[in-house]
Amino acid sequence: MFFQQLINGIALGSTYALIALGYTMVYGIITLINFAHGEIYMVGAFVGLFATAILKVNFFIAMLIAMAVCVLLGVLVERIAYRPLRKSSRLSALISAIGVSIFLSTLAQMLFGANAKGYPEGVFPVKQITIGSAEISTLQLLIIAVSATLMIALEFIVHKTKIGKAMRATSEDYNTAALMGINVNMVISFTFALGSALAAAGGVLVGLLFNAVSFNMGLMAGLKAFAAAVLGGIGSIPGAMLGGLLLGVTEVGGVALGFSSYRDAIAFAILVLVLLVKPTGLLGRKIQKKV
Amino acid sequence: MGDFLQMLLGYINPYYLQIIVNIGIGIILALGLNVVTGLTGQLSLGHAAFMSIGAFTSAVLTIKFGMPFSVNLILTGFITAGVAALIGLPILRLTGDYLAICTLGFAEIVKVVFLNLDITNRALGLTVPAANTSIPMPIVVWAVVILTIVCVSFIHSSRFGRALMAVRGDEIAAEAMGINVTLYKVQSFALGAFIAGVGGGLYAHFMGYINPSDFGFLKSVDILSMVVLGGLGSITGSVIGATILSAAPEFLRFMSSYRMMVYGGLLVCMMIFRPNGLMGSISFTGLVLRALGRKPHLKIIMEQKSSETSRSDNGDT
Repeated sequence: MFFQQLINGIALGSTYALIALGYTMVYGIITLINFAHGEIYMVGAFVGLFATAILKVNFFIAMLIAMAVCVLLGVLVERIAYRPLRKSSRLSALISAIGVSIFLSTLAQMLFGANAKGYPEGVFPVKQITIGSAEISTLQLLIIAVSATLMIALEFIVHKTKIGKAMRATSEDYNTAALMGINVNMVISFTFALGSALAAAGGVLVGLLFNAVSFNMGLMAGLKAFAAAVLGGIGSIPGAMLGGLLLGVTEVGGVALGFSSYRDAIAFAILVLVLLVKPTGLLGRKIQKKV
Repeated sequence: MGDFLQMLLGYINPYYLQIIVNIGIGIILALGLNVVTGLTGQLSLGHAAFMSIGAFTSAVLTIKFGMPFSVNLILTGFITAGVAALIGLPILRLTGDYLAICTLGFAEIVKVVFLNLDITNRALGLTVPAANTSIPMPIVVWAVVILTIVCVSFIHSSRFGRALMAVRGDEIAAEAMGINVTLYKVQSFALGAFIAGVGGGLYAHFMGYINPSDFGFLKSVDILSMVVLGGLGSITGSVIGATILSAAPEFLRFMSSYRMMVYGGLLVCMMIFRPNGLMGSISFTGLVLRALGRKPHLKIIMEQKSSETSRSDNGDT
């Protein structure tokens, strides 16, 4: 029972982590809470749905198509809605992000209708594997495997490549990085691209897991992923992974213990409690304040 | 008197009357948040939670006790402020975005709890009986609007308001100047919640039906957009921002389903072209005085002159 719920929680949590990574990377570089990120995830789920239903491609290619479309969308959103506001107050950029979020979700509602849609049958053959007393579906294993692969790839990009080094430098100090000859605009676009690709992958996986894609799925998932990013310490990449997994496991655990009507509150209650004890999140850096 | 006022209101198209009342409630909520986010600089993404608490408290007070509406509103305000102070004490130790996500989390928790309580009629929502007053609701709402504007203006220019602005400017420096930062933050949080609670009570009795889902994240964002659009910390700005954003969905109604899309696009454009809000640091009284050909803030100019003369005196000796 416990093992079963743990696997369920990790599967859900790794999708939260995939979305949370986008929040945390963007925040780490330009200290913007990108509220449109949840909508990018929603668009990713829809693109995956259409790729499998209309183009009849297999699941992995559908995910790649969704990632490509969302990369373009993410970079475009940054170009139009955030770049002109980079020098103005952070709240203005926040409101702009919320505007983009409302725009995208309404657009999706008009284009795809208000009803939830499911992925076509047999996109991914689901089998149940019994290990001890736990029943694990191949879909859950797929979600965990894909998420883990993507996160390892992200760690590789951030720590072993030149553009990753530029990202870390920019998040350390924006102005100094620019003085050192780093093309800061390009780095920011790249960060948005990376985050959007991960969110799109998360969208396709969640679409498969719950078999429901709807225009308003981005709001709650986005808020929870943001909570996960803050829980782990916003700006920290391992923190977002840890926060996502933790939220997923506690949420599933809470539902299993019979608090299913409080499902959406569990994640936030954990968040508030953790922040009260550790005000900068689990893996967040302490900021020395000076006058 | 109530009948007479009701008759006067009868001349106004009921649809316009509803928009006017919505604008009034929007102004009250925006002014409440402006105290917390604009004046004290604490970003709150959960202001709708206080509106929700106020709406349900006020509705329950009317249903269970049928008390006069004025007493009801004041009691509602104090109860909401009490909850805010209780919540504020622990979470206001957090700063910046950590505080923002905490208020957001609190709002979600309030929503889910109200969706599961019997007294709030769970997910069905609560039908609110008519308020126990002879004065028609639109007049009550706008009387409260005027009262709120007056009170908030006094707060802005009071010792309390200046302390809040000092906290906004720099917490450590304010603390060094002898300002009890936590106390002032909690007080401003409670004050903002008081105003939001009253706004929620008015909303409940005007609408006649409330549902916990009405006060979700999008409502909080709505209120925050009003404050930021108008210009942080500016009372005139909040009034104008609330007016525009409360009326916009109605005026955009002819576009039917495109409406919210245009609203989202509008938010982005307004922020790009007026990043500091419509009013920025311009104040209405300053504008009027300038239009009348008088110099604004005469008192401040006088104070500056007197300090200059005293400085030159020192130089002479």
